[in-house]
Amino acid sequence: MSHHLVEARSLCFSFPDQAEVLKELSFRITHGEAVAVVGANGAGKSTLLLQLTGCLLPTSGEIRVGDLPVTRKTLEVVRRAVGMVFQEADDQLFMPTVFDDVAFGPRNLGLAEGEVAARVTDALATVGAAHLPQRPPYRLSGGEKRAVSIATVLAMHPDILVLDEPSANLDPRSRRQLIELLQAFEHTRIIATHDLDLVRQVCTRTLVLYQGRIVADGETDGILSNEELLLSAGLL
Amino acid sequence: MGALNQRGIDLGRTDRLAGQETPLHHLDPRAKLLVTVLFAATVVSFDKYALTAMVPLALFPMVVIATGRVPVGYLLRKVLLVSPFAVLLGLANPFLDRGVAVTFLDVPISGGWISFGSILLRFVLTVSAALLLVAVTGFQRLCAGMARLGVPEAVVVQLLFLYRYLFVLLAETQRLVRARSLRSAGPAAQSLASYGPMVGHLLLRTLARAQRIYQAMSCRGFDGHLRGEILPAWSGKETFFLLGWAAYFGLVRGYNLPYLLGQLLIGGW
Ligand SMILES: Nc1ncnc2c1ncn2[C@@H]1O[C@H](COP(=O)(O)OP(=O)(O)OP(=O)(O)O)[C@@H](O)[C@H]1O
Ligand SMILES: [Mg+2]
Repeated sequence: MSHHLVEARSLCFSFPDQAEVLKELSFRITHGEAVAVVGANGAGKSTLLLQLTGCLLPTSGEIRVGDLPVTRKTLEVVRRAVGMVFQEADDQLFMPTVFDDVAFGPRNLGLAEGEVAARVTDALATVGAAHLPQRPPYRLSGGEKRAVSIATVLAMHPDILVLDEPSANLDPRSRRQLIELLQAFEHTRIIATHDLDLVRQVCTRTLVLYQGRIVADGETDGILSNEELLLSAGLL
Repeated sequence: MGALNQRGIDLGRTDRLAGQETPLHHLDPRAKLLVTVLFAATVVSFDKYALTAMVPLALFPMVVIATGRVPVGYLLRKVLLVSPFAVLLGLANPFLDRGVAVTFLDVPISGGWISFGSILLRFVLTVSAALLLVAVTGFQRLCAGMARLGVPEAVVVQLLFLYRYLFVLLAETQRLVRARSLRSAGPAAQSLASYGPMVGHLLLRTLARAQRIYQAMSCRGFDGHLRGEILPAWSGKETFFLLGWAAYFGLVRGYNLPYLLGQLLIGGW
């Protein structure tokens, strides 16, 4: 895919037998942008991110990745383009060793074992976890788990990175390293977070969700200095 | 809770044991799988009252323990964990089968007790062989080996999921039990009444978590096919391992070695 863009057109979503969680969302995120999705607990951030990878499909409206709408048919292509880091690192790591875990995606892409190993080493080095490959993931600390789960996604060389609460449970230093890492990426980045300081440092643009609607979409500086807006969205 | 934590760690321990570097670990999983199946078949094929004749078969698990560096305590604990099942299975025998089969030091021993002992021995032998197989191979590689042996991929993938979700279930149980025990002090706590909802809750939590894991897997291109497990190639070592043990099992099955040994000693006198 040549254009790493993400676009939502009147996207609506509800879980079976429940009220709408996402209501008429429309936005367009272009190549290389770093966009924060902020909002109170339960605003629908995680649900929105799951739409981007097709784990959940819209009930109406559509979401497009590159030139394709996300549907059952396009899932494979979409998932090659979009790498998602889940809110719970424990959900993301499921193989017996860190190496196998990071290799899981590249192997599914059908790469040769040599290329897989190179990508794993590379991805682990990028997140500063080069010393961990042989450890079992469930024995890592919270910060190490986070780093490895980011590596699992990087190893697939996605165009678009989607991260759900990446800085949760990190100590100040790991958090700083994460921020530096995110700043260095050239991918299109979409980050759901409560960490407004991270937003300030990484994202140029911010979407504010409130009860499933977009209540603001614009430059981070403007939005984060608008106290009234933040208060009404439950962020202050 | 202590016991649960312990067991949770134990599960991970299997994976760590499987990660060791010994010649046995490096053997093609298919060879180990086949020998283990052959071993189990040999154990099962002995007749109901066989006891001493089976004892030489214990050589196989012992050799695996020694060469695969599996701690004996680890194995014993696991075997004990499942042994009540075998005891229940065999317990009726001494009552149903009272005919005297042998007399040992003037004590008559009924056929029932002998078959009971036989069941226990079979159980210990097969269960330890199966546990050892996983401990020196690793569940993932074992599954890859099965796939290569022609076991349908759907079955193998189910097994892998089952294994993974076992960890999930244990982790969830651990958290739940911890949360509960920290909030239950006093005599009225720990009542049975709260167990029902707890188990239901546990099931739902595990399902939700399993679903999230599945999502994470599909996001990384999982489509129901296994990939990548590079298996060591089948070489002379594997053939030797397989044929060697097959010959030994055949020998033990065909001749009552302890009996012959006894004869030899007595005859020698
Ligand atoms: N599997 C589900 N089934 C039904 N409802 C759900 C499910 N997952 C989430 N919800 C509901 O959808 C709404 C949005 O949840 P979501 O997880 O997207 O919020 P969030 O913005 O990510 O919150 P947080 O900041 O706490 O992570 C919530 O009201 C939640 O109760
Ligand atoms: Mg969330």
